[in-house]
Amino acid sequence: MNKRIKQQIAFWVLRIMSSLVVLFLVLILGFIITKGIGVISWKFLTTMPENGMTEGGIYPAIVGTFCLVGGSMLFAFPIGVMSGIFIHEYAPNGFFKRFVQLMTNNLAGVPSIVFGLFGMSLFVNKLHFGDSILAGSLTLGLLVLPVVIRVTEEALKSVSDSFRLASYGLGANKLQTIWRVVLPIATPNIITGLILSIGRVSGETAPILFTVAAYYLPKLPTSIYDQVMALPYHLYVLSTSGTDIKASRDMAYGTALVLVMIVLLANLLANALRKYLGKKVKMN
Amino acid sequence: MYKIESKNVNLFYGDHHALKDISLQMKANTVTALIGPSGCGKSTYLRLLNRMNDLIDNVRIEGEVLIDNKDIYARGIKIDELRKKVGMVFQKPNPFPKTIYENVAYGLRVNGVSNKNYIEERVTRSLQNAALWEEVKDKLKKSAFELSGGQQQRLCIARALAIEPSILLMDEPASALDPLSTAKIEELIYELKDKYTIVIVTHNMQQAARVSDRTAFFYLGELIEFNDTKEIFTNPNNQRTQNYITGRFG
Ligand SMILES: Nc1ncnc2c1ncn2[C@@H]1O[C@H](COP(=O)(O)OP(=O)(O)O)[C@@H](O)[C@H]1O
Ligand SMILES: [Mg+2]
Repeated sequence: MNKRIKQQIAFWVLRIMSSLVVLFLVLILGFIITKGIGVISWKFLTTMPENGMTEGGIYPAIVGTFCLVGGSMLFAFPIGVMSGIFIHEYAPNGFFKRFVQLMTNNLAGVPSIVFGLFGMSLFVNKLHFGDSILAGSLTLGLLVLPVVIRVTEEALKSVSDSFRLASYGLGANKLQTIWRVVLPIATPNIITGLILSIGRVSGETAPILFTVAAYYLPKLPTSIYDQVMALPYHLYVLSTSGTDIKASRDMAYGTALVLVMIVLLANLLANALRKYLGKKVKMN
Repeated sequence: MYKIESKNVNLFYGDHHALKDISLQMKANTVTALIGPSGCGKSTYLRLLNRMNDLIDNVRIEGEVLIDNKDIYARGIKIDELRKKVGMVFQKPNPFPKTIYENVAYGLRVNGVSNKNYIEERVTRSLQNAALWEEVKDKLKKSAFELSGGQQQRLCIARALAIEPSILLMDEPASALDPLSTAKIEELIYELKDKYTIVIVTHNMQQAARVSDRTAFFYLGELIEFNDTKEIFTNPNNQRTQNYITGRFG
């Protein structure tokens, strides 16, 4: 078989595989949209569930998910980014650094239900936060911490050393070099970490199960010690253990659609932000 | 009195003995070219002079390096002060992803200068001294990445000049540039000699002959010969120098 034919075959195999991926994505999206679009309305998005969650809206679950995403980011982002900076820029090559990297990698592989249990025993019970936004956010934050750290490390690694050398050569110290040269270049890629973790956090059910999520709570939270409903758990409830599963099936698809849209929107927003910052870096 | 002087310097990267007993003297306002085959220690010697080797793990240095008669490896030496005095230009142009203006201002800012008028004056003056002003004066707020390679390298020179060093180290500053840009850089080096002491690493024999007053030939970490450039190129004392400059090995 000659080289050209082999090349053609390889090209088509790869092409078909990637088309399959796209096909499945479109199928899933299409499925959720066609099933869910019917119940989406302003009322659905802005009112409390009614009648055993078979009617009304999902407003408290949307608000709850936003609270949890915001809370967990508030916790995971500064800590994760700073740890990433420390590990990549400051920690000397050696046992300690490798140990920390090993641990973060392992942490990223721990099943999320384990985080849920851990969060329950530490935040809910030991620290007496109770089932609360605080406990749930901290648990979700822990879950995405390794992602944020890894993304930060990778982003810093991709900054060419020639910029660091130029900065040192002009009499800058390490902090100035990191702050004024390295971080602005790395920021667009670090934003990717934010995208990934927002997607992850808003969709997770297991970590919030024992730490914050309410089965049915038709009111909005007033403090970080309140419980909230959340979209993924609400979806789970509607499709497995609602008062009338058949009757709430449409509500479940509507909830799924809202959840997917939130993740999609977060991705688009973060991507736009990333592009914008990428341009700005070259200009500053 | 010498501007730069190294006395019996040995440098090790771990077990690798990269500089062997190097003693060299350079007078103020001269250009010294460092030549020799790849891996002979030219860049290492250059980085010795602004302590950039400190950034590499497992480097050990013996001997003395004096700048203005002060041992720059002595205890209590402030490295940022040293690097303000000893500017460096790298092989590949490496402007920051910032505006042209901010690239030149960077060294001032990190050294605590905040007076806007002063910064503006230094930026202008440095770009003029680097023979770039006419080409960029209307686009100072544009990204440095919009410049050509040769312009970027002159920007890097301007960036180094902005903090008013007295020594300029250049590591093959023209090796990534086209002939026209190279000629511009060489011309610039010739002009800068009035105010700065310049040490330049180059692979290009003609370039060394054109721009330098003194030439040092390195081979496998040793300083083989150090003399007036004219002598080195017309009447070398050492057979290995002769072989190298006539291109018998490279
Ligand atoms: N960061 C480093 N770590 C270990 N060895 C190095 C390092 N930099 C250079 N060397 C070694 O030191 C020797 C001199 O290198 P260098 O000064 O870069 O040579 P030149 O600039 O003359 O080509 C070479 O053998 C090189 O492999
Ligand atoms: Mg070199």
